[in-house]
Amino acid sequence: MTGIAAVFGKGERTALLAPIIANNPIGVQVLGICSALAVTTRMDKALVMGIGVTIVTACANLAVSTVRNWVPNSIRIIVQLAIIASLVIVVDQVLKAYLYELSLELSVFVGLIITNCIVMGRAEGYAMQNSPWASFLDGVGNGLGYALVLLLVALVRELTGAGRIFGYVVLPVASDGGWYVPNGLMLLAPSGLFLIALLVWLLRTWKPELQEKD
Amino acid sequence: MPKLDSTRYTFLFATVVCVVCALLIAVSAVGLRERQETNALLYRQKNVLLAAGLVKPGEDLSAKELVRVFDENIRIRLVDIATGELVPLETQDPKDFYQRKARDDPAQSRVAPPNNAGVSRLPTWGAVYFVMQGDDVRLVVLPIEGAGMWGPLYGILALEPDGNTVRGLTFYDQKETPGLGGEISNPKWQAVWNGRKVYNDKWEPQLTVIKGKAGPPDKDPHHIDGLSGATITSNAVSRLTAFWMSNEGWGRFLKRLREGVKP
Repeated sequence: MTGIAAVFGKGERTALLAPIIANNPIGVQVLGICSALAVTTRMDKALVMGIGVTIVTACANLAVSTVRNWVPNSIRIIVQLAIIASLVIVVDQVLKAYLYELSLELSVFVGLIITNCIVMGRAEGYAMQNSPWASFLDGVGNGLGYALVLLLVALVRELTGAGRIFGYVVLPVASDGGWYVPNGLMLLAPSGLFLIALLVWLLRTWKPELQEKD
Repeated sequence: MPKLDSTRYTFLFATVVCVVCALLIAVSAVGLRERQETNALLYRQKNVLLAAGLVKPGEDLSAKELVRVFDENIRIRLVDIATGELVPLETQDPKDFYQRKARDDPAQSRVAPPNNAGVSRLPTWGAVYFVMQGDDVRLVVLPIEGAGMWGPLYGILALEPDGNTVRGLTFYDQKETPGLGGEISNPKWQAVWNGRKVYNDKWEPQLTVIKGKAGPPDKDPHHIDGLSGATITSNAVSRLTAFWMSNEGWGRFLKRLREGVKP
């Protein structure tokens, strides 16, 4: 038992689970909004992007944390960037090799994972101070929290904007002979902002301790 | 433990990080290249089959099936775009030819003549896909491209051997606004092209995307339904079709096709 407790104690659990809701990267830390607007028009895109960010954040955290005691302070940011950028390129290559048609649409955004504030934010804010294992879990947790919000937003946008979920027709669209007239705005970036704002509002109403005193 | 902030150590550390990262990227790029190239080729072949109507939109074929259907029905030949003549198979094996790469290679392309379709370079040779039925040409499938609203549009047009009647169209790579200009990828809109004629009786390209709805193909052969809310994309499609059907594009080849050229 003590063995399990040592690798998966309270601290590790918090590192993994807290970012999923209570400390959600999009909803609470407000990181990674830009890509959340771009890739949430369809659920399959959101899912692949969520998985991509989870892998990159987890591996980047692990790598940064492993070398944290040897990194010269003056170049620590650029070292983090080099690690993250390399991982992103690897993810892009894997996508092109195994999910080609999706990669055609996602390539631009996958490249932008490099600038996704979540990855840098967790590397600098968490992995530089914590052990590799806890950092890895923190990365997985933050990636999953990001993916969760992405999927929620994409669910609403794909359903109301195109009448589909994961590409399967749920509400037959009028232009294909059905009854549902889709809301075109839901497929454009502004609707992503509205939905994320609504989510932040809901989250703060549910957990009042997140609200700042003014 | 070396001094973490000494200049020598900083340089050493930076070098090690760079080498390790470069190795990681090189290994993944080289290791996956073959798979990626196969994917890209399959994707091109699938789109040719889609435009030729040999694969239905939404149909999910395995890679093996796709290659089988493609090899059974299609013969690729390279065409000298300026003269419209077929390039002999000995000069260049069409299987290894990738038109989008050739267009960007100065040795295999030239600056395009002034045009309003947003075509800046033209490859010397273009790939034409002949859809065969026995020894007869059933359709020719021609790649077309041009500037859209947000980025380039890459499409494929399938014509009957009369070099005039449209039988299919796909846009397989485009970045237009989803729900508006993005509807050019909608099979329902693409189906409107079926049966339309490219040229008028003086063999001038006439096919245009209009505002509103076009009539049935036999009464209104030169018009395509416009996409509401996407005037710029609609105009872009008209312009690039006109360019590629003119003598600057596939026009000279289509003339030879009418005279009975076979692959």
